[in-house]
Amino acid sequence: MPADKTTSMAEAIGRIDRGSTVAAGLALEHAIPSAAGHELIRQGVEDLTLVGPISDVLFDQFVAADLVSQVRAAWVGNVSAGSGYNYRRAVEGGEIDVENHSNFSIALSLHAAELGVPYLPTRSLLGSDIAAEPHLRVTEDPFEGERVVQVPAIAPDWTFVHVQRASPAGDAHLWGNTGVTYEGVRAADRVVVTAEEVVDESVITSDPSRTRITREQVDAVVEVPFGAHPSPLAGRYHRDNDFYLEYAESTRDPDDAAAWLDEWVYGVDDRAAYMEKIDRDLSVEEPTVAAEVTYGQ
Amino acid sequence: MASEGVGGDHEYTARELMVSAAAREISDGDVAFVGMRLPLIAFQVAVSTHAPNATSVFESGVVRGDAAEGFIHTMCDLPNLNRAVSTTRMLDVMGRLARGDIDVGFLGGAEIDRYGNLNTTRVHAGDREIRLPGSGGACDIACMADRTVVLMAHEPRRFVERVEYVTSPGHGDGGDWREREGLPGGGPSALVTTKASFGFEDGELYVKSCHPGVSLDEVREDFPWDLRAKSDLTGDAGGAVETTPEPTAEELDLIRTFDPDGFWTR
Repeated sequence: MPADKTTSMAEAIGRIDRGSTVAAGLALEHAIPSAAGHELIRQGVEDLTLVGPISDVLFDQFVAADLVSQVRAAWVGNVSAGSGYNYRRAVEGGEIDVENHSNFSIALSLHAAELGVPYLPTRSLLGSDIAAEPHLRVTEDPFEGERVVQVPAIAPDWTFVHVQRASPAGDAHLWGNTGVTYEGVRAADRVVVTAEEVVDESVITSDPSRTRITREQVDAVVEVPFGAHPSPLAGRYHRDNDFYLEYAESTRDPDDAAAWLDEWVYGVDDRAAYMEKIDRDLSVEEPTVAAEVTYGQ
Repeated sequence: MASEGVGGDHEYTARELMVSAAAREISDGDVAFVGMRLPLIAFQVAVSTHAPNATSVFESGVVRGDAAEGFIHTMCDLPNLNRAVSTTRMLDVMGRLARGDIDVGFLGGAEIDRYGNLNTTRVHAGDREIRLPGSGGACDIACMADRTVVLMAHEPRRFVERVEYVTSPGHGDGGDWREREGLPGGGPSALVTTKASFGFEDGELYVKSCHPGVSLDEVREDFPWDLRAKSDLTGDAGGAVETTPEPTAEELDLIRTFDPDGFWTR
């Protein structure tokens, strides 16, 4: 029997040290691990470096809670409403250091780390001011002499992933688009998998082609229904767009932003208590059930 | 005028006109890299009308060959994942872009300059610096798609001689700049605003057509440089500027089907 890694959210997040580099929101607007993120805020783990392609509002909430020293990301904001006001204020006030990326350069950074190489080249970013920033290098490729941008590896200390189902050992099925989730998992030193449902290992092994996160990469498994709200999760629940719009309105002003955190993060014990406050039906009414897949024997 | 919600034969908003103009930039058989907001609707209109063989790819890892059933706020909303051709990873999609397999990509921006360079990173309002969300996938699309189409609200503050930060390279300082930089894609081929449609000649922006009810002078006033018009390029100076075709009744029906509450288009 493989080790059972299931634990509580509080215990899993309690393993994360101050000063860690944390990657999250790797499937873009889909499957954002906000339940894990909110516990990180409640535990007040400070001096974080955040890594991710777009993050939607999760990074903005970490910034509001004053946990962030550096952001290495392609886009930080609110996809439904535009700006992430806490992030904006913090950057404009010089409170956090930003390393500007594109989505592809973040993908290459994590991919380089998962491959164990120090950097990967691309012809994206050439001629942009992103390429002129000190974390990147414009060089010549040694074979043909063409100009390329060298993108350094980024290996997060921790990657947070939210999935539809995982075994107690940490093998996970995630479906729907996955962005840079798998690169982020394999690039990381340690991984927290939060799952809508913890299932018997036989469920995972019944469909191994859907398994892209495997046990040896995973530190902790936490069952947390609606763990990605307000982002959508394929087959489970829709994006809660009104929540994003209300978040934008509630965070334009810094005092209101503090009140938002009090109400939605500090003031609730866990995700179940948080979801009690959501008065909208986000369920998938008519699930599309995949055609049966058969394997061996 | 279109931005007031009144057209010729039928009423439409300026954004609905932009969506129809953007949809016409997608040719049948194109592989389109679809960004956020209006392009989400534009692809659905194109594939439902003149471009049934177009394919859309999204940086989140979605590949679709048809319109989503149900409104989508973002590329990751479940209707866009439901019955997609593939829901995969970013590197699969960005790999196609990097290899040169994307025909057309869509971009937005807070600022655009004379040569189509775009800024979505930081701008100034007077002395105050304003931080914007950043590139997302925009820089990658700008660098590597065969051609790009830029959609922006027509506001004078957005048109600048030189963008403060080049988030997404256009034609640099014109001419063969992209070639010299080693950029694989062709760069911006069109800009559509709420008042006019523009092309690029030798890397520099020019007015291709004004939207119904908008004059060329009115468009030029909003630019801090001497903006060229199509007639300047053809040597037909003083010739009448073309009028952007209005959205058809079919296009408007589709736009309102895909965006029933007008979240993006009203």
